[in-house]
Amino acid sequence: MEMIEKQLVSAPRNNRYILIVTALVAFLFIWSFSAVNIENVEESGWIIATNILQGIVSPDLDLLLNITSQGVLYLLVETIAIAFLGTIIGALLAIPLAFFSASNVVPKPVAFITRLLLIFIRTVPALVYGLMFIRVTGPGPFAGVLTIALISIGMLAKLYVDAIEDLDTSILESMTSIGCNTFEKIRYGIVPQLFAIFLSIMIYRFDMNLREASILGLVGAGGIGAPLIFAMNAYRWTEVGSILIGLMVLILLVELFSNHMRTKLVKG
Amino acid sequence: MYDKIFPPKKLALANGKSILEKRSRTPIILIVVFIATWLSVHFTNFELDILIRRWTEFFVIIGEMIPPKWEYLPYIWRPLMDTIKMSLLGSIFGAFAAIPLAFLAASNMVKNRVIVILSKVFLSILRTLPTLVSALIATFIFGLGTLAGTVAIFLFTLAYVGKLLYEQIENVDMGAFEAMESIGMTRIHAFRHAVFPQVLPNFLSTSLFCFEGNVRYAAILGYVGAGGIGLLLNEGLGWRDYASVGMVLFMLAITVFLIENVSEHFRKKLM
Repeated sequence: MEMIEKQLVSAPRNNRYILIVTALVAFLFIWSFSAVNIENVEESGWIIATNILQGIVSPDLDLLLNITSQGVLYLLVETIAIAFLGTIIGALLAIPLAFFSASNVVPKPVAFITRLLLIFIRTVPALVYGLMFIRVTGPGPFAGVLTIALISIGMLAKLYVDAIEDLDTSILESMTSIGCNTFEKIRYGIVPQLFAIFLSIMIYRFDMNLREASILGLVGAGGIGAPLIFAMNAYRWTEVGSILIGLMVLILLVELFSNHMRTKLVKG
Repeated sequence: MYDKIFPPKKLALANGKSILEKRSRTPIILIVVFIATWLSVHFTNFELDILIRRWTEFFVIIGEMIPPKWEYLPYIWRPLMDTIKMSLLGSIFGAFAAIPLAFLAASNMVKNRVIVILSKVFLSILRTLPTLVSALIATFIFGLGTLAGTVAIFLFTLAYVGKLLYEQIENVDMGAFEAMESIGMTRIHAFRHAVFPQVLPNFLSTSLFCFEGNVRYAAILGYVGAGGIGLLLNEGLGWRDYASVGMVLFMLAITVFLIENVSEHFRKKLM
């Protein structure tokens, strides 16, 4: 018993630190209540909530199972296409950027500047890019593709860099010692180490991009977002229900596929 | 299946044994990816020559943003703070609400299969709902303003933290929990004293990470009228007042950068 008590007494204490952090968080918590406005809550809110639920439970089956270019299925395919092409373009463009921001490949200042650029690319919300690309291509899924490509560059490059900085360089040294040229070193020394990780990152990003692509329609950049928003603003809840159901099923399926592929890639 | 169509290559080793080398699946995956890319190009009307001809337009907008309008700064503070407050409030409430839900969804805590599966399905469905869509629904119910944004962030945090937390609870070391149950504690008590301390650092770290992401999400929620800095972005872009938009984005970048660094500091401490 004495031993246990001794252990208990000798355990490091940082109560004061914990207390200060807790107090800080509590203060911020209370401070943030000042932003909430409840005066806009209307009586009709409850009625609308029940209407939404009813719409989602009884979806517009015609729309859901329609295969013309107005139906949910076509819109879902368009959304997948936007996310897929965007991911591919972004993934390819992110590779050179990632190498330029890896501090074990290029000099430190170059890496720092590239990182700063990537942070800026990452912070701008997707919708803003969407609006900017609409000026380039006109409204439509093409703008969506470019938006998705640009926003994935930031995140992908960040994840790639972690993989590049973990490269096992002793392999390269041993290849130099047996007389491999640069191309062979890249092909047999670097590509096998990075390929699986990069692929896994891309699949993960595709999963995220699908969610992004589903809201880009809000600014007119194609995909299922636009019909969803129109249906909502027109209070057509059965349509909203069928679109949301389609979207949910698709996202769940892609998530299952992505998790399955990534565990396969990681375990080999 | 694949191995039957393309039979594995036979290799004879030096010691006389023969082994089978499976054919690489890379070619077929590459073909599938190429077909998918081609289809996507077709579906999205991707045209390279438009891009080559007009890509400068994109930089025209950036050029207009680049000396940002500093006089606009005083108008930004309040919405920016609103954005941070929204995401903070939503994240804290969401993280707390995630604890009981994760408890119900963890199959080693609750023995009733129906409750476990229902909670898991609920969390998955909640996670598929894009934040912007839940924000839009919330504006219909709670009116325009920050409350709707807070609700949207609350729902997202609940789903995200809830999922990661129940996975952690399921992987926890059950020894202490069983010992406490055997001396007569209720499951909830045993959870509080045996399981919760084990998952607490991870829980806090996940919540912080989620808060980081929420600040970014909260920035666009104003677009559907759910309060915060998105309203200014929407206005600026609508009036083509790109210098103000540049200022908003600049402030947003600084805020996100600061919050990320603070959160990373604490997350490293927790690990």
